[in-house]
Order: sequence, then C-alpha cells, then structure tokens
Amino acid sequence: MSSAPVVQVSQIRKTYGSSVAVDDVSFDVNEGEIFGLIGPNGAGKTTTMECVEGLRAPDRGTISVLGLDPRKDVYALQDRIGVQLQEAQLQKRIKVREAVGLWATLYKCPVDGDKLLEQLGLSEKRNAWFMTLSGGQKQRLFIALALINDPELVFLDELTTGLDPQARRAIWELVRGIRARGKTVFLTTHLMEEAERLCDRVAIIDHGRIIDIGTPDELIRRYAPERTVIVVTRDESVGQRFQMIPRVDTVTAHDGRFTIRGRGEDFVTRVIDCIAEHRIPVTDFSTERSSLEDVFLKVTGQSIRN
Amino acid sequence: MLRGLLTLTWLEIKIFVREPLGVIGTVGVPVLIFIVLGRMFAPRASQPRAPDLISVDLPILAAILIALSAVLSLVTIIAIYREGGILKRLRATPLRSITILTAHVLVKLLFTAITLAAMILAGKRYFPAGVDAPFISFGVALLYCTFCIVSIGFLIASVVPTARFAQPLGTLILYPMVGISGLFAPITALPPALQFVARLLPLTYTVSLLRGIWRGDGWIAHSGDVAALGLIFLICTGISARVFRWQ
Repeated sequence: MSSAPVVQVSQIRKTYGSSVAVDDVSFDVNEGEIFGLIGPNGAGKTTTMECVEGLRAPDRGTISVLGLDPRKDVYALQDRIGVQLQEAQLQKRIKVREAVGLWATLYKCPVDGDKLLEQLGLSEKRNAWFMTLSGGQKQRLFIALALINDPELVFLDELTTGLDPQARRAIWELVRGIRARGKTVFLTTHLMEEAERLCDRVAIIDHGRIIDIGTPDELIRRYAPERTVIVVTRDESVGQRFQMIPRVDTVTAHDGRFTIRGRGEDFVTRVIDCIAEHRIPVTDFSTERSSLEDVFLKVTGQSIRN
Repeated sequence: MLRGLLTLTWLEIKIFVREPLGVIGTVGVPVLIFIVLGRMFAPRASQPRAPDLISVDLPILAAILIALSAVLSLVTIIAIYREGGILKRLRATPLRSITILTAHVLVKLLFTAITLAAMILAGKRYFPAGVDAPFISFGVALLYCTFCIVSIGFLIASVVPTARFAQPLGTLILYPMVGISGLFAPITALPPALQFVARLLPLTYTVSLLRGIWRGDGWIAHSGDVAALGLIFLICTGISARVFRWQ
C-alpha cells in the first residue's frame, strides 16, 4: 500500500447553475484498499465520483486516476476501470448473458463472462430478461459488468441502496472478494454500517465539502471516543463504586443493569479493575463502542437519516 | 469499435423484436393502413389504369408514414434510455457516444426497409392494377430520407425532458410537416409564409424526391432534393451534437 495513490483528487469544485455541488474536495485512494465516500443523500458523493470516472468535468481542480486525466484520457482509462452507476438500468428485455457478452466485446482483455456470472451467483439467470431480475440480482449483474474487463480500480456508487439486509450482506462479501483479488475499490454510501464494515478508509462529505478522512477506527476515536460498558449485577449498591472510576462520564442504573459511560483507551480495563477490586458479582458484561453513525452526528450536528 | 457497433445493433434488433406491440406498430400498422386505404380507393377491374391517388400519392404517403414512425420510435427510445440511465451506463464503457446512436439509427433503418418491403408485397398482392415503380431506387430514397429526418428526431430527443413527452411532442412536430410537404397540395398553392416554412422542412424535399423516383425520374433530376436533405441533416446533427443531453 506504499505505492503512489491510484486516485488523486485535488481541490475540485463543481457547480450546477447557482448551487455548489462539490467544493474544494481533495483526497487520495490507495492501491488495494476499499475507500468509501460517505455522507447523506445530496452531499456531493455521486458528483465527486462521476468527476473521477470522467463522466463529468469539474469546474476547477485536478484529478488523476491510474496516472491518467479522466477527461482527456477517458477512453484509455475506461479500459482499466470498472464502473457501477447509481440507479442505472439496462434495456428491459436484454438478457443477462447478452449484457455480459456486449460488455465483453467492448474491452480489450475481457474475463470469462460465464465464470463471472457463476461467481456472482447469476448462472441460473443467464437467459433472464433484465426487467425480471430482483434488485439484488440487478446489482450483482452491474457488479459483473463492472468486473468484465478485470479492472484495476472499481467504482461502486450506492451499491446496496434499496436492497434487503440479506442481499446487502451478500454484496458486501462480493466487494471484499474484489479487494482480495488485489483490486482497488472506490465506493460511495449513505449507510454508515456499510462503510464501517466494508471500508479500509472513509472520507466524510457533507454539503459538498470533505469533513475528515481516516480509517473508521481513527474517526471514531477522534470524534466519538466515549466507551460504554454495561454491567448486570445483583448488588445494586455498586453504583457509587462505578462513579469513582477515573474519567467516567455517567453511570445509570436500571433493574441492576448499570450503563457506565466514559472515555480513554483503557476505560474498559478500568471498569474491569473496579469489578475485580471490589469483587462485584457480575451476571452479564458487555461493551458498546461508538459507530460511524455517532461520528457523523458529532461532525455534522445531524443524523445521517435526516 | 466496429465490433461494438455490430454487437450493439444486433442486440437492439433482438430487444426490439421481443416487444411484440412495438413490432406490430412499426411494421404491421403502416402496412395495414396502406391495404385498407388501397382497398377503399381500389381501381375497378374495368379501369385500365389506377388513378394517381392510388398509384402515386398513397405509396408516397405510406412511405412517409413509415419514415416518421421510425423517427418517432427513435425519439421515444432515446428518451426512455436517457431517463432510465441506460445511455449513461453505456457511455461509461469504451463505447463512443456516436456508436450508441448509430446502432439505434441502423435498427430503425432496417425496420423501415422491412416495412417498405412488406408494403410493396402487399401492394402487389392486393392491388392487381398496381404500378411498376423502381422499387430498389425507391427503397434507397426512402432510407436516405429517413436517415435525414432522423436528425430532426435527435433534435427533438435533445430537448424533451422526459420519455412521456417524447412521443406527443414528436408527433406534434413531425406530422404537421406532412400537411405542407406538397403531398396534398402543391407548395406553390400555399400562402407565402407557409411556402417559406415548407422550404425549410425535410418532408418537402422527401415528398419531391420520393414522388420523382416513384414516377421513374432519375436521381440526377432530384439532386437538389438530395442536397437539401443532406444539408438539413448536417445542420440538425450539428445542433444536436451541441445540445444533446445524455442524462
């Protein structure tokens, strides 16, 4: 991962009429990682991604993808990248194998389409019309089309939007599989759980601006360092003892279930120390960590769902 | 990219045929109208020759309807493809934009030719007093005219906001052109303002070219019509290349 970034975006800006979609956006995507651009709908994710893909021209700023300029070298670039677009469709009555066949003729070195369909679990749907596929099957077909040229870099825009949790998990596995084959993945999502489970690094974007970039862990430590420990005990008098733990913020009790919030890397250890020291009888013990959802709430002041 | 063009064209033909209503509308309806109208005005067996109405004007009208329905269907397909993000998805491949549009034009020209052939066969079968026109030349002329009118189709497709508007707007623009094309009344019989408009529209030259070829004129005699249609094609294509929206 020490080689030059696969994607370099520097201070791009894009306006539509009087509204600024993307402003002063800069980030790098490194080789072999899953990089996520995360933010609510309308934050500028798709605009940014389409500028990187060469489908849109930024008003200002520079973009380099695999060492190429996505506007000038768009045809050279398209042979080396795979693209899945948000809410794309195909012809209603095109068959799955026809779509894969067409795509295969468009690239210099296509992989075996049948094998690809098999890997994506679409073999049985080879002769099905596009319009008869389920949402998850359509997305898997679009992933197949994005992978037909064995690309070095794959773009996935809101890949799992509208899918049920089971289909979503299956798609996540496929994306991890892409990374396992040494490819770089650049994705956008407004689902914080998806970003946290899938991405090596994320950039948080809101109102067209990048707020911060880092691994999900880094961002959580930076913006939502609180740790929560839940202890269930029959001894209801221990609340006082938990209050004495260094750097504790709050302790709430409910029917012998204590929720202890505090901060610091070793906060959980200190809670355990406290339990051991005072020989508190514990019937259940669990920790809750903050999520990217909490990070997003902190940095933008609003929930991503709004 | 020739391989891409051929593959895409072949696919689009198959996809088109998979929608039976579309095929009936494109190929069946014009032929049916032609037969019904022809039977209504069919010459009596006692008449030695069919009147001009049936032997010249009806074939020209039918041919123009074929061309217009091809153009309309193209406008609608482009609008649907754009609205559904299909154009955008195709564009995010090494396919050149021009290849995508060319494939659709080729499909439309193919079905124009098929419809014309079906019409000619129907004419031979149902109108025994039928004419002896140069069908090959006429077919080439019709394809050329369709190709040129398609440029207006692209212009319409460039400005229609959604697929729902494409069909009615296209109809509203294209069909009135037939009225002042010189098919029903000579151009010179129109008011001066309409005459001026008529001279800007491709259907005027289409009627002149098709009628001439049908009657057995040579191509040289109609080089003016061919040139005018070519010019209209270049201008409309030039404008749509600038204003066409892919999404």
